[in-house]
Amino acid sequence: MVTEVFSSELPIDERLTIKKNRIKGGNSEKRFCIVTGTHGDELEGQYVCFLLSQFLQEHIDDVDGVIDIYPALNPLGIDSITRGIPNFDLDMNRIFPGDPRGAMAETAANAIYNDLLGAEMVIDIHASNIFLREIPQVRINVKNADLLVPYGKELNVDFIWIHEAATVLESTLAHSLNSVGTPCLVVEMGVGMRITRHYGTSLVNGILQLLKSLGFYRGEVDIENKEQFVSTQGEVEFLNAGCSGVFIPSIDNNQWMKKGEKIGMIVNALEGNVLETVVSPCDGLVFTLRAYPIVYEGSLMARIFKKN
Amino acid sequence: MEKKIIFRMNSPYRDDFRITGFEFGVGEKTVAIVGAMRGDEIQQQYVCAQIVKRLMKIENDGKIDKGCKILVIPNANPFSMNLEKRFWSMDNTDINRMFPGYDKGETTQRIAAALFDTLKNYTYGIQLASFYMPGEFVPHVRMLDTGYQDTADAKFFELPYIYVRKPRPYDSTMLNYNWQIWNTFAFSIYSGLTNQLNTDLAEETIHAIFRFMNSKRIVTDLQRHGYVSEIVTDDNHVVVQSKKAGIYTKLVSANHAVEKGDLLARIIDPYNGDTLDEILSPCKGIVFFAHYRPLVLEDTIIFRIIEVK
Repeated sequence: MVTEVFSSELPIDERLTIKKNRIKGGNSEKRFCIVTGTHGDELEGQYVCFLLSQFLQEHIDDVDGVIDIYPALNPLGIDSITRGIPNFDLDMNRIFPGDPRGAMAETAANAIYNDLLGAEMVIDIHASNIFLREIPQVRINVKNADLLVPYGKELNVDFIWIHEAATVLESTLAHSLNSVGTPCLVVEMGVGMRITRHYGTSLVNGILQLLKSLGFYRGEVDIENKEQFVSTQGEVEFLNAGCSGVFIPSIDNNQWMKKGEKIGMIVNALEGNVLETVVSPCDGLVFTLRAYPIVYEGSLMARIFKKN
Repeated sequence: MEKKIIFRMNSPYRDDFRITGFEFGVGEKTVAIVGAMRGDEIQQQYVCAQIVKRLMKIENDGKIDKGCKILVIPNANPFSMNLEKRFWSMDNTDINRMFPGYDKGETTQRIAAALFDTLKNYTYGIQLASFYMPGEFVPHVRMLDTGYQDTADAKFFELPYIYVRKPRPYDSTMLNYNWQIWNTFAFSIYSGLTNQLNTDLAEETIHAIFRFMNSKRIVTDLQRHGYVSEIVTDDNHVVVQSKKAGIYTKLVSANHAVEKGDLLARIIDPYNGDTLDEILSPCKGIVFFAHYRPLVLEDTIIFRIIEVK
């Protein structure tokens, strides 16, 4: 059943509406939520929502509980290929838990937050941005690692990145929910403005596995055994551009590299010369690779997981 | 005066990105003034340009106190201003959300790191700031309530208000916040407008900054007196929001005195011109902030009124 989570009037004959689809089976009232589309340029979650919604409705007899799917927390951003909320300077994922007496974006954030409170689990799906391509990964604040890492492993992702706490991240949806006892896992995968179908399929299987382990689903799950890495097993190295130019990668994402192996080059297209040869600083897995070719000094080109 | 390039970076197809600073006087790092950090902060750039012009004369007249160094950076983000974009031209990140910066990080983190390396350790830091919502303000000093703020010194600007507000998590990456953490007395000055130029309001801000420097014996440049500043917090603000979306016609501006029940604005039906809502003042006070775009959403904050009891 599709319902409104938030609605607000726009100036000219239009309402902004944030919707969810509630899929309910069995007798349990427990709730599991999938949210995506906070950033309007991140679309990988669209395919996940579609596949999951379709699958669960086709297998409703195996569902026990409430599964709420929110495919577009920022509908105006998705419509206009805008990362943030159009005409609002702040990133939507920096204003949670919102403010019921604030501006429209803040009241929307507050309505979303209140709607999610109390769920057994919330999965917040992101898709990097237009600049970087990510392998499927779960990102967890170190403060919540003990609780969330076991759930994150169920999601069939390649990598679990436990990151340091930072004050600025306290206004994300995940932090806001986790800090009041509603567990929330953040998934990052793929690249902005695109859908990577095999990532979507893989994550849906992971979500079904987690649903099964939490008692929301009792059917079959098609999971391939894969090696998962947790960042605490090693270190994450950042590779930033040393100069400005055009980045031409030599590899695809998700490759194990030896120290010194070539990842790509930064070139000057006008003069036809190579400005920088980009090599791996260590043995490790490239789990982030630049997708947008133009780089400035400092632009992130790759992140590499170096296993101890 | 010494003109310095504080940060330079080449670009694939544009001219080099340069942040230019103007140093006056010799001695201790005394006051740093930063103008536009976003591409639409035209008013802020104008104010700094006028400050540079006046400081050149003051320095030539020997009226900068011995042992005091003043740095003015009129624009920390000329690339975005040249494109009329608010944030960093390539990835839309905000330099003022990157402090204290990271010199091995992403581009805007590196810019922030270079800026902060130059700006830290000044005794006083003044940033010509702008608000994330479109509108006009009564010129004021804004300070984050970090526990390090100094409202007594802020009074030397003699602007009508000193607005002290609680920091939110995202404020921890702003220049003002980091200045304070690094023991600089930091002041954000709101000069009234963003993305527009009002030379009268700019003059008021310029006078305020010179009043401050004069009071602190950094320069000898007597200015006319300003206001006895009133310290306000969110508790003094009455927020007025639109109940309807539509075309917004504003009847009062920032700095207007209003009585309870005064008509402040109308929301007009965009199809037939009917009045959808009349916005009445909920209290007696001074309009501190007034939204100025012609369209409003439901729940838009259109006025902030400082209540007079």
